[in-house]
Amino acid sequence: MTAPLSTIDAPLSDADPFSYDILEDPLPFQAELRAAGPVVYLRKYDVYAMGRYDEVHAALTDWQTFQSAAGVGLSNFRYEKPWRPPSLLLEADPPHHDAPRAVLTKILGPREIRGLADAWAADAEELVEDLLAKGTEFDAVTDLAAAFPLRVFPDAVGIPKDGREHLLPYGDHVFNAFGPPNELVAKGAPRVAELSASIATKCARDVLTPDGFGAQIWAAADRGDITEAQAPLIIRSLLTAGVDTTVNGLAAVLYAFATNPDQWARLREDPALSRTAFDEAVRFESPVQTFFRTTARDIEIGGTVIPEGRKILMFLGSANRDPRRWENPDAFDLSRDPSGHVGFGFGIHQCVGQHVARLEAATILNALSKRIASIEISGPTRRHHNNTLRAWESLPVRVKLG
Amino acid sequence: MFTGKNNVADASQVKLVVTAKTKAADGVVALTLDHPEGRRLPDWTPGSHIDIVLPSGINRQYSLCGDRWDAHSYRIAVLHEAQGRGGSAYIHEQLTEGTTVALGGPRNNFPLAPSEKYLFIAGGIGITPMLPMIQQADLLGAEWKLLYLGRSRNTMAFLDELAAYGDRVVVMAKDESGPCRLQELIGDPQADTKVYVCGPQRLLTAVERHCADWPVGLLRVEHFAAKAHGAPARATAFEVELARAGLSVTVRPDQSILDAVQNAGVSVLTSCREGTCGTCEVTVLDGDPDHRDSILGDADRAAGHCMFPCVSRSCSDRLVLDL
Repeated sequence: MTAPLSTIDAPLSDADPFSYDILEDPLPFQAELRAAGPVVYLRKYDVYAMGRYDEVHAALTDWQTFQSAAGVGLSNFRYEKPWRPPSLLLEADPPHHDAPRAVLTKILGPREIRGLADAWAADAEELVEDLLAKGTEFDAVTDLAAAFPLRVFPDAVGIPKDGREHLLPYGDHVFNAFGPPNELVAKGAPRVAELSASIATKCARDVLTPDGFGAQIWAAADRGDITEAQAPLIIRSLLTAGVDTTVNGLAAVLYAFATNPDQWARLREDPALSRTAFDEAVRFESPVQTFFRTTARDIEIGGTVIPEGRKILMFLGSANRDPRRWENPDAFDLSRDPSGHVGFGFGIHQCVGQHVARLEAATILNALSKRIASIEISGPTRRHHNNTLRAWESLPVRVKLG
Repeated sequence: MFTGKNNVADASQVKLVVTAKTKAADGVVALTLDHPEGRRLPDWTPGSHIDIVLPSGINRQYSLCGDRWDAHSYRIAVLHEAQGRGGSAYIHEQLTEGTTVALGGPRNNFPLAPSEKYLFIAGGIGITPMLPMIQQADLLGAEWKLLYLGRSRNTMAFLDELAAYGDRVVVMAKDESGPCRLQELIGDPQADTKVYVCGPQRLLTAVERHCADWPVGLLRVEHFAAKAHGAPARATAFEVELARAGLSVTVRPDQSILDAVQNAGVSVLTSCREGTCGTCEVTVLDGDPDHRDSILGDADRAAGHCMFPCVSRSCSDRLVLDL
């Protein structure tokens, strides 16, 4: 499959974006990628890569040319068997993508989820009160960013209490598996069967509560809007894409505030900025860093012809820091309008749960800003490496009440 | 073409240019609509319709009947309705290639749900949503049949395109075969078959009566021509009061509410800017919004409690928003 190098007219790079060093800090590599050109060829993986905003945004939008059904990871489903039944949303193209997407768009729409807001606000305040009762130093990842979504989201889907501890490791492995088969994937492999089986049991009709997102997905199957066979896979998508991503989105916004105290002060003055703050953090940190597409035809981009059937790695995180698009892109700035960032993707595959994520984030930020005057990093921070996600293992913080 | 530019049309500003106007049958014209600068148009799925605001200010809805894999063109077909309110007469008699119209949507109240088999029934101009649907059913590998009913073949559009599908398309022209026996053609409900119907009200009524006892979800009907639409979108400026900011802004006909609000220094988070993602939803405190998004269902549109200012506008002189 590897093309002879003489036929590749894109700038070449020998970097491994999934290596330890680049996962630890991807920003220098992303700057090199953007500088090298609109399209770069990554020799190590025999794939093309895009790091500039315009091309990434346009490729995300152009589903006709940049397909998802051959997988949105490195593995090309045209030649390789997927390690699990492909997602009906993420790893599908029109027309198969249409019905599952339409059903989930409706269930997770901003008006549909508004009913959760009051209960979630009470949950967030309780979580914050309990945390502050124990002291003013805690870990913003485990005690807040992971704790809150795990407290509210599984209930919103309506899954049983048993086995919820499998959600984060399952999601972590799925997002690793979009990358190459490196040590991060190997680390998760021994538990894959157990975790997949556990997640599958949570998608069955009879284990779900009658009022959650899961039950609504089954109700759509009863109306014939999707098939009975599709319903559990759509619920699996919620459980896969709805936990790790929000955990890391919340961790991103908490880290951004802890390292930008002036912005926290602004949020305290104007709590309505919480929505902007979360999207700015998603731009700034891009919890989902990368996704692949596959070319449906020969396509010329910036003078480089990418042949049909090739994998292209799109760096959402790099696009979100592209100085061609963003003024002072490395600043976390609540006065910026982050609209148009590609942290949730764009086009027909744009994150269908984005309104749920925003509601979770606004809720926890509101609860925190009522009680906390300032927040600062109080110890060594530690990244969690994942082939797709930009994540934190630990963020020790100290807060001042007020 | 892939320019690498952020080249999706922004629906709040979208004017479409009529690039082709062709006769599709007696009394039916097909229009091809493109962005004036050749940009991508908002995505759509089979069963979708768009709002067209004609230069006279008249707002009409038409099903998209082109190819969604062509992101740069929409196709619609318009029946000249002698008893109509003037929209189709204008399109037939006055609209020329090169004319600019404004776009709302696309929205889909008639989506194609998965099924092993489909029976599509089109009456007259109701063929339009069926064209992308049968293409899609083919791609999905479903078994399907289309009954295309009309007065006579010369009034039935797209027979040439449908010929490629062979005997899966059954054309029933009244002047050849007499009135069709709908009850026999539809028969009893089958769990593996969804029935999609679009056409004149008397056809829809007849089918709905026949299928009244069917299990939910098997019959899917587009109430297409029968729906009375509210006041036409205005072509003049209106005022938007931002209740929390204590500001009032004027929205010119050539700008979106979003642009006007942002120009006034009030921040509204947006994403798609084409009325599909729902990010910019805002609560309407007073006034009558002119919904032009692809998100709200009929009930929500009628209620008017919220709107999407990236594309939606105002029917009333003044709107009050919770901003």
